[in-house]
Amino acid sequence: MTIVTSAPPPQVPGAEAQVPLGPTSDAIPGPLRFVGRALRTLWSNGKARVGLVIIALNILVAVFAPLIARHSPTATDFAPYSSPSATNWFGTTGNGQDVFSQMVYGARISLLVGLGAGALATLVAVAIGLVAGYRPGPIDEVLSFITNLALVIPALPLMIILAAYLQGRSVWTIVLVVAFTSWATGARVIRSQASTLRNRDYVTSAVFSGERLFRIVFREILPNMTSLVAASFFAAATAAIMAEASLEFLGLGNPSTVSWGTILYFAEQQNALLSGQWVLVFAPGLAIALLAVSFTLVNFGVDALSNPRLREK
Amino acid sequence: MALLEARGVNVAYTPARGVRIWSVRDVDVTLEQGEFVGLVGESGCGKTTLGFALTRMLRPPAHLESGTISFDGVDISTLDGEELRRQRRNGFALVLQSGMNALNPVRTVEHHFGDIFNAHAREGEKYLGAAGRTRGAELLDMVRLDAEVLSRYPHELSGGMRQRVAIALALALEPRFIVFDEPTTALDVIVQGAIMQTIKDLQHDKGFTAVIISHDLGVVLEATSRVMVMYAGRIIEDQPSTDLARGAHHPYTEALLNCYADPRADEVRIEGIPGNPPDLSLAMAGCPYEPRCPLAVEICKETDPPLAPLGRGRAACHVRAPAARAVAAEAPGAR
Amino acid sequence: MRYLRRKVLLFLVTLWAALTLNFALPRLMPGSPVDAALAKIASTGVPVTNAERAAIEIQLGAPHGSVISQYWDYLTNLLHLNFGTSFSFPTETVAQTIGKALPWTLVLVGTTTIFAFIIGTLLGVYAGWRRGKTADSTITVGATFLAAFPPFWLGLLAIYWLSYTLGWFPLKGGYSAGLTPNLSPSFLADAFNHSVLPALTLAITTLSGWVFGMRNNMINTLGEDYVTFAEANGLRPRTVALLYAARNALLPNVTAFGLSLGAIVGGSVLVEGVFSYPGLGNLLYIAVSNHDFPLMQALFLVITMSMLLAIFVVDLLYVRLDPRVRQQ
Repeated sequence: MTIVTSAPPPQVPGAEAQVPLGPTSDAIPGPLRFVGRALRTLWSNGKARVGLVIIALNILVAVFAPLIARHSPTATDFAPYSSPSATNWFGTTGNGQDVFSQMVYGARISLLVGLGAGALATLVAVAIGLVAGYRPGPIDEVLSFITNLALVIPALPLMIILAAYLQGRSVWTIVLVVAFTSWATGARVIRSQASTLRNRDYVTSAVFSGERLFRIVFREILPNMTSLVAASFFAAATAAIMAEASLEFLGLGNPSTVSWGTILYFAEQQNALLSGQWVLVFAPGLAIALLAVSFTLVNFGVDALSNPRLREK
Repeated sequence: MALLEARGVNVAYTPARGVRIWSVRDVDVTLEQGEFVGLVGESGCGKTTLGFALTRMLRPPAHLESGTISFDGVDISTLDGEELRRQRRNGFALVLQSGMNALNPVRTVEHHFGDIFNAHAREGEKYLGAAGRTRGAELLDMVRLDAEVLSRYPHELSGGMRQRVAIALALALEPRFIVFDEPTTALDVIVQGAIMQTIKDLQHDKGFTAVIISHDLGVVLEATSRVMVMYAGRIIEDQPSTDLARGAHHPYTEALLNCYADPRADEVRIEGIPGNPPDLSLAMAGCPYEPRCPLAVEICKETDPPLAPLGRGRAACHVRAPAARAVAAEAPGAR
Repeated sequence: MRYLRRKVLLFLVTLWAALTLNFALPRLMPGSPVDAALAKIASTGVPVTNAERAAIEIQLGAPHGSVISQYWDYLTNLLHLNFGTSFSFPTETVAQTIGKALPWTLVLVGTTTIFAFIIGTLLGVYAGWRRGKTADSTITVGATFLAAFPPFWLGLLAIYWLSYTLGWFPLKGGYSAGLTPNLSPSFLADAFNHSVLPALTLAITTLSGWVFGMRNNMINTLGEDYVTFAEANGLRPRTVALLYAARNALLPNVTAFGLSLGAIVGGSVLVEGVFSYPGLGNLLYIAVSNHDFPLMQALFLVITMSMLLAIFVVDLLYVRLDPRVRQQ
């Protein structure tokens, strides 16, 4: 797993970088309106636009996989180790499976784990970050310590150990393991932002006017952190995609599920390179890289939204 | 020859998305050597932008859209890079508003001085070690700081001390023109007085032309000999300070003075100015102050008043300083 | 100095927490790892002494004895570096196996990290300084792509094109087969030759983190008043960029160093695996393939502790860089 910290969310002292929306007077704008507005602003950023397009393409491929793939990805009908041909656009694996179909269906797993683990990790990060940031004192101390601990423990080795122990052999195991090890970065950032916002005037006035904690958090603080949360999500999703591929490659996933990582796993096991099957190695890796890049690119747009200094001229 | 002559200065902020804002509109400024001038106005009137423009410190998205700025006969409005840097040695400096943040947190005061000396050293001149320290101590002494401050880091100094160090640094190259941007705004009242006194004394001793930018009319009237009042990007009054204090001329200046109250008076009356400043992204026909002016007449809506003689200075007001008088006087600025 | 005392305390407490986590992990996992490990050993037919069996049980979860006494034995064993035996390398103790691999990883990860940090930081400074211009866009976009390449994929491609097809570098291993590790110049040259590709792969994939972090810090720092003031005083652009902007922008990056180290270590696992480079990462790869839990546990512990130590050292270094923490 590599560092995919592109234009990362503002670091601790840079919490000022968040342009505050101020007090939300009416009801929070309808979620759909909000998403629409967000997408439009992202679309205007060049890099984010490319990222969104790639993600959309991947989603389309994943959803319409049965229509796009020409054969079943697991059927071992073909001559093994063959080069790209008319029937097998990307050639076949050592087990005689069509690589192109595997690639198409593989998008499903990568997207599922990427989005799923990313969302789960972000959820945990928001929960912990908000609680720790909003209430100073012993709770904050404990949560901060746990967060820091989670940050210094090397993520991939931990994931490897957990996956090896769990031997769950299902995609959900991977999702859980990845989410478990990647919530800490987001939590730290969200906590620092929450603790900055806590001292803002409109929050203080809300507290004075007797608003309940729940409402304060959800109506005053959270809406002013949306781009931060979004940035955390995209960063977590990127990391999740890479982590999933790494785990599969190491053979810790379920070898019978078809994913880009497992294609590489088998390629390595069967020394695909030495038998000249470079497409088998090139294609899945490129796909992983493109999907990971796309989330990062979108993050550029999110970042430019929240930090005016980073906006492109 | 005047030390600084600016003609037709127009500065606009052009953000990547959104409207262009004209924050300085067609301003002419003439400053003689040794003048002590105040530049006042409310937030957003363009005074800081003008100060930065005159010292060529504008940064994107702000640009000098048109106009010439001539310093000691040299047109600096078109200079850039190394040329501009050398001209700074020639004598104009800027002291920033937040003296607190004007110093590099990881370098000592001594190194700050050293950096400036070395940046402008001519052939054969080198301010290393002892020579640099001596010179630094001299400068610190001018701002009433002890030489031992040299070895300190910025975070070890108080806000007032940091502001003084910033002033000392600006003096390092013996500039002939210094713009002080809100030098006392972030400091408490007592320290304010001390700093202003220091600046006054320095100006008196060294004879540099000083421009104090402030929104605090009281502070400026106290220290300066001439005051320019800005509104909506224009200079609307330009008077000797004593005259201004004794009854202003432009309705806006009058209203500004009324905003201040004497804390020791028995009865304190504070009046605000109703209304809002105009939208600077729009072109303006007529006087910018007209919507809020109690003296406004028809012509105020149609024509922008030029600066016309009023008392010992000038004001831009159709009512108080009719333009007819301007024809005879030397009218600055071309349209 | 309060800062230092706080950092030492933090280090010790985090160390303890990591050790305890390592102790708790196998005991919390479903499907008792200790039984699996012992069964595996039994199946390989390798004889296990009672002492070794006890060591494995302490590591992974003994069926009897209270948790407290196990914990105590666990800590004692750690102090004596007694991790038991692994069945992947039955002829030596786990401690010995790790001991042989440790130097390789230290050298690889150590030099690559320093290299990537320096290059990444310099690129980031340049990109931030020339923000908005072509240099910035090239560096940013380039770094984004580099960050997305899975390290193992890059490694595989490098092996294919540079080693297999072009024959410029050896295919795998830390040194040529048949040689025994020693400190002779010829061996060191051979080892160096074998380390180029893994190091390059690791460096390329971890570079981008520094680039982005530094670039953003630069952009924020360049907006600071002291930079504007320095320019107003006519300092040379290079002085401003390096001594005023970059020097300050560096600070958050150093703080973030520790966090990024985790990613580098993770990357090294994959890279070493692909290249069969005889370091800790490769050992982990082997251990995972063999379900060798004792070895995995021990590796995890060693890796975590090395990281904590490195972070601690960097924290100490920070005092030299930022005068503001010195007088606390």
